Parts: sequence; structure tokens; C-alpha cells
Amino acid sequence: MNLSRLLFRNLAAKIALLPMIVISLTVFVGCVIYSIIFSFTNSKLVPVFDFIGWFQYTRLFKSRKWDVAVENIFIFGFIFTIGCLILGFLLAVFIDQKVRNESLFRTIFLYPYAMSFIVTGLVWKWVMNPTFGLEHAVQMWGWESFVFDWLVNRDLAIYAVCISAVWQGSGFVMVLMLAGLRGIDEDIWKAIAIDGIPKWRAYFSVIIPMIRPVIVTSVVLIASGVVKVYDLILALTGGGPGYATTTPAMYVMEHFFNRANVAQSFAAATIMFISVIVILAPWAYWEFYFRQRKEQN
Amino acid sequence: MPISNSVEVKNLFFKYGTFKGAVNILSEMNLSIHKGEFMVLLGPSGCGKTTLLNCIAGLLDLDKGQIWIEGKNVTWKEPKDRNIGMVFQNYALYPSMTVVKNISFGLKMTGASKTLIEKKVKEVSELLQINDLLHRKPSQLSGGQRQRVAIGRALVRGAKVFLFDEPLSNLDAKLRAELRYEIKKLHRDLDNTMIYVTHDQIEAMTLADRIAVMKNGIIQQLDNPKTIYNKPNNLFVAGFIGSPGMNFFGGKLDRKNNALNIGNTKIKLDPYDYVSKPQQDLEVIFGIRPEDITLNSNSSISIEAKVELIEPMGADTLIWTSLESKPLAIRTEGSSELKLHDTLNIGLDIARSSIFDKKSEERL
Amino acid sequence: MKTLTIQGPKPKDVSIARIGVYCFLILCSLFFLMPLYIMIITSLKDMEEIRQGNLFYLPKNLSTYAWPKAWGTACTGFVCEGLKPGLLNSFKITIPSVIVSVSLAAINGYALSFWRFKGAYFFFGLCIFGAFIPYQVMIYPLLRIENILGIYSSIPGIVLVHTIFGMPILTLIFRNYYSNLPIDLFKAARIDGGNFIKIFFYVILPMSTPIMIVAVILQITGIWNDFLLGLVFAGRENQPMTVQLNNIVQVDFGVAEYNVDMAATILTSLVPLLVYFFSGRLFVKGIAAGALKG
Repeated sequence: MNLSRLLFRNLAAKIALLPMIVISLTVFVGCVIYSIIFSFTNSKLVPVFDFIGWFQYTRLFKSRKWDVAVENIFIFGFIFTIGCLILGFLLAVFIDQKVRNESLFRTIFLYPYAMSFIVTGLVWKWVMNPTFGLEHAVQMWGWESFVFDWLVNRDLAIYAVCISAVWQGSGFVMVLMLAGLRGIDEDIWKAIAIDGIPKWRAYFSVIIPMIRPVIVTSVVLIASGVVKVYDLILALTGGGPGYATTTPAMYVMEHFFNRANVAQSFAAATIMFISVIVILAPWAYWEFYFRQRKEQN
Repeated sequence: MPISNSVEVKNLFFKYGTFKGAVNILSEMNLSIHKGEFMVLLGPSGCGKTTLLNCIAGLLDLDKGQIWIEGKNVTWKEPKDRNIGMVFQNYALYPSMTVVKNISFGLKMTGASKTLIEKKVKEVSELLQINDLLHRKPSQLSGGQRQRVAIGRALVRGAKVFLFDEPLSNLDAKLRAELRYEIKKLHRDLDNTMIYVTHDQIEAMTLADRIAVMKNGIIQQLDNPKTIYNKPNNLFVAGFIGSPGMNFFGGKLDRKNNALNIGNTKIKLDPYDYVSKPQQDLEVIFGIRPEDITLNSNSSISIEAKVELIEPMGADTLIWTSLESKPLAIRTEGSSELKLHDTLNIGLDIARSSIFDKKSEERL
Repeated sequence: MKTLTIQGPKPKDVSIARIGVYCFLILCSLFFLMPLYIMIITSLKDMEEIRQGNLFYLPKNLSTYAWPKAWGTACTGFVCEGLKPGLLNSFKITIPSVIVSVSLAAINGYALSFWRFKGAYFFFGLCIFGAFIPYQVMIYPLLRIENILGIYSSIPGIVLVHTIFGMPILTLIFRNYYSNLPIDLFKAARIDGGNFIKIFFYVILPMSTPIMIVAVILQITGIWNDFLLGLVFAGRENQPMTVQLNNIVQVDFGVAEYNVDMAATILTSLVPLLVYFFSGRLFVKGIAAGALKG
């Protein structure tokens, strides 16, 4: 096949897909490589190509702030993922019990997802306000020793972030789980009834294994959101108190704009990128490998 | 209660929907199924056969009436307490469990001991010859193997009555024939009562001890296959059973001369066995099966016709002609020497024909 | 025998399990509705009541002070024009971004489903991979690129960014939708003499209504609710409502007026919430379709 035939065959489609190809290469590949390269420099305000090896990375790993950021992303990631999975799953299961007003409940559980992270952060910030919010309200009701000052507590602030994030994200997981549950053949439920299997046991032993793909997809989507979380924390705590709720994403943005140390940002961003690859690669490989197998059958 | 009835449906009513929009799927349904009988519920989609089966199983709550199984009133009992087993169209085996787990799961829920479960599973897997499949998952089984596992799942709990919900509908013709044979063999070996729902009249004819032909929630005829085939109660049953289908012609019954006038053709009805001879002349529909027509009749009753189309079907041949400008199909054994436009002298076996009142569609 | 009389439908037992289901759902509903409830009532209280009163109580004296202030006079940095400019900006950003990103994704999905060629799937995979990369890794270089192109800090700049980041998921759901359409339709159109463009406009596009609606809803809510990208790429005169909102609330000086803050959050959420309420079912379908079939 000569070159011109290769090039001109299916020309219209190739032209149509050109933006996608250009964007994928320039942005998704190019920009990442750009960031990685300049992480090895000592650029301050603007990227300058003065190569200094691993300096930024050693500085990164020595930074107390970065340690806290990484610790936070693990705590947040774990609680957010598990919280959304469990709450989303339970909501889906209970809604699926032929309840009346199912669409009303679904609307209530999902509307947070339609709101901006900024809005969520600001509202929960108000609710958890120690002076005027929840703590004050409960104390007014008589429980005078009630304390809810998580937002200003260095150790607990990250958990406050988790609560508001689970509030916003569970509805999304519920929708996925519900779609998965509804995809189960009705005859399976009939067989379960005839076999005399109690419902909770049926969910455990039969249904959950059957919606495994949906669960995996949910985990991947939730996990991809964890690394990106920025708006929510900015609104809720601003990264504080101090830097108690900072995350790698906030660390990166800070060093870009506030602290004028772009190379340090690139280094942090590169680490973020690598960790995403490390998590994604096995899943992607497994997905494609299994899909090949399935298509062969 | 006569204990010879394994399953009894009494005065069953079932509605779908609520209030004004409700549709009566089943009304005043009464059905008695004998012990060890293979009963087939046959009918087109929407006739209520699956609804009836689900009511018997307890998967649907009926609006009025009773269900009795093995002499016990199970109307309010859960499916698991009715001592029944059910086989579904897609078998509904638990995909994430091995065959052993699939079969024993229900039994495990009753709290039976491990040794008892092992013993029963062994018995059943030997009976159904699925011993070497025990550690496979459903996705690794063929259609026939899955069917046996589905039956094993019901057997192991000692079910007395087996319900089948169109288990062969999703299969290709060859597999369907194989599995049909297996089900019939199973019935012969186990001798359990079996209630089988299908829309395929060939399955019904080959498997059933008795067939309940249903339309719009009402049993049109309840008889053994031979009677249903040879003496259908009404026009619907006559047209539904038999492939290729019965030939139908409109005509007028001449009571005085006991003859039938189809257009200009006059047919003497002396050999016909009336259910109840009508008191006056009537508009009727005359039905005769393609195999009950002879090509070269030497009797006095003989109608002239010309060959219009020939359909060779392998084991027999279908010859198409017309009677009073309406198509008439004739079945003849083996391959035929006839050619288009050949002249025939066809004879009708009146004794095996069916005559229906045109208005009521009932058999005369 | 007593059993002779049992007939008809089983009496509906209000079992404990049933009550438990409704209890759980209602409790969760309270949890989910609480912030919305508080947003609304706080915006209708005056500051005195907020200070003395209880977070959860209904306003004793209904005060609509907060609303006009949030809309027209609250301070977002040095300018005190409330959210009003932000509303216009959000529209200016959202509408073109939605149009461009959805159109591009539709054509991509169409090309990938019906007109495959070697290497297409490789780039598609690359694109999907791009959906998982954290923004922060790409923001700075993207900024430089836009600077060079001369569109940094402008509406075209932010539209481009939204198109870039929206492309992976949107292309995916369009592709999945189109690959489920009957290919015979496409073959018939080709035999009838259609080419790439004609088939798209005359055959495929008319059949795309359901997925178009889903994609548009996803993009409207996603882009309207965006904060970071608007902050960085839109330019100072084009800051969306979300950025204005953050500025109003996070005052470093002056007195915090919580009722104004809450009114502002409601105003900012109005558009996506309205879109959500009027098309909830499709919204749900969109999330499930995009995520599940992928």
C-alpha cells in the first residue's frame, strides 16, 4: 500500500478526527511531557530551561506541606471512595425495592451532583461553622457540651471535607449502581424466590457478584475524581486550618500562582500524574484484555 | 379433596393494572392437574399462560381464588413453601457460582446439614448425569447442560411439582428438538407432575399428557393431544394446532339433506360425527387438514381441481390448489410426480373434518 | 379445615423490613436535603437572627435583604456589582462551550463508529486516557499555548479549554450510542450515494436526539459549575458566577454577611438545578450510559 493511498483513503473521517488527534497529542501527551521536562529545572516565575536534576523532587519530598497533602489524599481518597460506594449502593438497593415515589427519592439523592463544588463547599462551611452552625444549634437545643469544630481542628478538618464530598458524590454512584441492578435478569429474582433465599443473602451472594463490572467502573470513576478534587476544598477550608487540608492538587496550584515556583509545581504535578498511571494501568490492561477475550468468544 | 389431583386452580382471577385501567388477564380460571401428569399451557403471547404459571408458583398475587398443591391450600404461601421447582427461559442459574453451589444454595438456606446436602447433590447429579460438570460455572456449560442443572436445582429440594416457563424458546431448532427429548425422558424417569408453558404447538403435542389451549385468559379446550388435534372445540384451537394449518372454507349447512354448500360445490356430510346437530340451516366454517385430503379419489365424493403450486418438504409434499377460489392445501407422502396445471380429483375425509358455527365459532 | 377458607390475595403485611426501607430512605433524604433547606432559610433571615438564632429554625422575620444585595451590590474583590455580571459571563462561557464541545464530540463519535481506519482507535484510547489526567498537570503548558495563540484570558480561550477537557467523555458516549445504531442504515445510505458529510447530516444527526440531549445536559451542568478553569482561562472581565460567588463569600475584610452568601449560592445554583429538575430522567440516563458502556 503506497503512501498516498494510505493517506487519502477515508480522508473525510481522518480530517474530521483531526482535532481529536491534535488535541490528544498536544495536550494529553505534549503538555504532560512539558511538565515533566520542566520539573527538572529551577524555573521560578516562568519556565526556563536551566536543568538542575532531581532538586525539585528532593525539595518536594522534604516538604512538610507535601507530606500532609499526600496523607490527606490517601485519607480522603479512601473514605470518599468507600463512603460513596457503600452509601450509593445502599441507596440504589433501597430505591429498587419497588418503593412508591421512586423518582422523588432519586431526585433528592442526585441533586447535589448538579451543584458546583464551590457551592457545596460554601454551604457545608456554613453548616459546620462552629459559632453559628451545627454546633451552636445543637447547644441551643440543650446538649451544651456538644462540639463540632472539625473545620478549625487540624486533625479533623479533612474528615469534614470527606462528609461534604460523600454528600455530593453518592448520588452519582447510586445512579450507576441502580442501572447495574436493573440490568439483572428478572428470572434470577424469581429463581431466588423459589429457592427460598432471604433477600439480604441474595444481594450478598448472587447480586453483588453479578454487578461486579459496575462496581469496578464506579471505583475507577470515583478514584479519578479524587485526584482532581480542588474546588471543594478551596471553598470549604481553603486548604486550612493552616495547611491541614491541603492536597497535591492545591500544592500544585499554589506554587504556580501564589508562590511563583513553577518548577516545584511541575514536580508535584508529575508525581500526581505518575500515581494516576500506576492506579489506572492495571485496570486499563485488565479491561482491554478481558474485552479481547470476550470478543473472541 | 381427591388426592389424585396434584395441583388445583380454583376460581382464579388476576388483574393487571389498577382501577379503570385494569385488564383482566385471567377470569374464573379453574384447572385440575393430576398426579404425575405433564400438563402443557399452550397459547399465543398475551393469552395469560405465563400469568397462570406465575400464580401457581406464588410469584404473583392473585386477586381472587385459590391454589392447592398436593392437597394443601398454598394460596398465601411463599414460593419457597410450595414445594415446587421452576425452570426459566434463560435458566436463571446464578452466574458467579459453580454448578454444585447453584444446586445446593437453596438447600443450604433451609439449614440442612453439610452431609445431607452432599448426599442429595450426589443423588441428583447422578440422576441427571452432570457429575463431571459439578465444578464448572454456568458460562462454561452448553444449553442442554444448563437445563439439567436448572432441573437439578429444583430436584434437590424434593420438589413435587415442576414448572417450566418456555424453556426452549430461545434455542435454535436442532437444540430445541434435543432438549425436548430430554425433558420427555426426564418426565418418564421421575414421574413428577409437570406444568409446561409454551407457544409452540409442536412442543405441546410431543410433550403433553393433556394440553390446555388458552386464549385471552380462557381455556379454549382441555384434552389430550390426539383429541385436540382431531376434534378441536372451536375455530381458534383448530387454526392454532397443526402445521401446515387446517384449511378453512365458509359455507352453508343444508340441514335437511345433511350436506354442505361451499359456493357451487356440494359435499355430503353423512360420515360427520356431530357434537350436536343444528336445528336449522346455518352459516358454517368447514375445516379439513391437508393430510385428510386424497389426491385421486375413487369414491363418489370427488371434486375436480387443478394443481397451482407444489411445495416439496422432503418427507412429504404440499400441493396447493383452490376450492371455490380459496386456496386448499393437500399433503401427500413422499415426493410427487405431479406438475403444475395437472388435474386432480380430490377426495375429502369428512369423518376427520371439523365444522364450526360461523357466528359462535364452536364445533358442531 | 380452616385452610379451606384461605383465598384471594395475601393480606399485605406491613413488615418490619418494609418500614425499615422507608425509614432509611427518609433519613437519607433528610441528610441530602438539609443543606438546601439551610441555604434557603438562611438567605431569608436578617443578620441579627442569624447571630442569635438556631441554624435550623425557620426565619422569624422574613427578610429579603440578602437577595438584591447578592444580585447587584455585593463585593467581589474591588468591584461591588454582585453576581449580575457573573451571570452574563457564565452564559457567555457556557453556551459556546456546550455547542462546540458537543458538536465536535458528535462528529468524533460518528467518525469512530462508522468510518474506522487504522490508528483511529489508538488516538481514541489516548483521548480517553486524557480524561483521567489531573488538570493540574496540563494547566500551565495549556496556558502558555493559549498565550502564544493570543487567546489566553478570553472567551475563546475558555471555550477551547472546555472543549479539550470535555472531549474524552463526550466522544465516548457518542461513539457508544452510534455503535448501537443499526449499521444497515449506514450501508444503505452509502449505496444510495451518501458521503461522510451527507450521511451525518441527513441520516445520523436526525437519529441523535436522545444522546444530544444527554450530552448537552451533562455539559451545561459541568461547565456552568466549573470554577478552576474559568478562574484561570476566562480573563478578568469574564469570570463566571462560581468565581464571583467564591469572591463574595471569602471576604478577608469587612463583616461576613451569611444571608447574602447563602442567597448568592442559591443564585449560582439556579441554572444547573433548573436544568436538572426539568430533565432529571435524561440526566440519570446520561451518567449511566457514559459510565457504564465505557
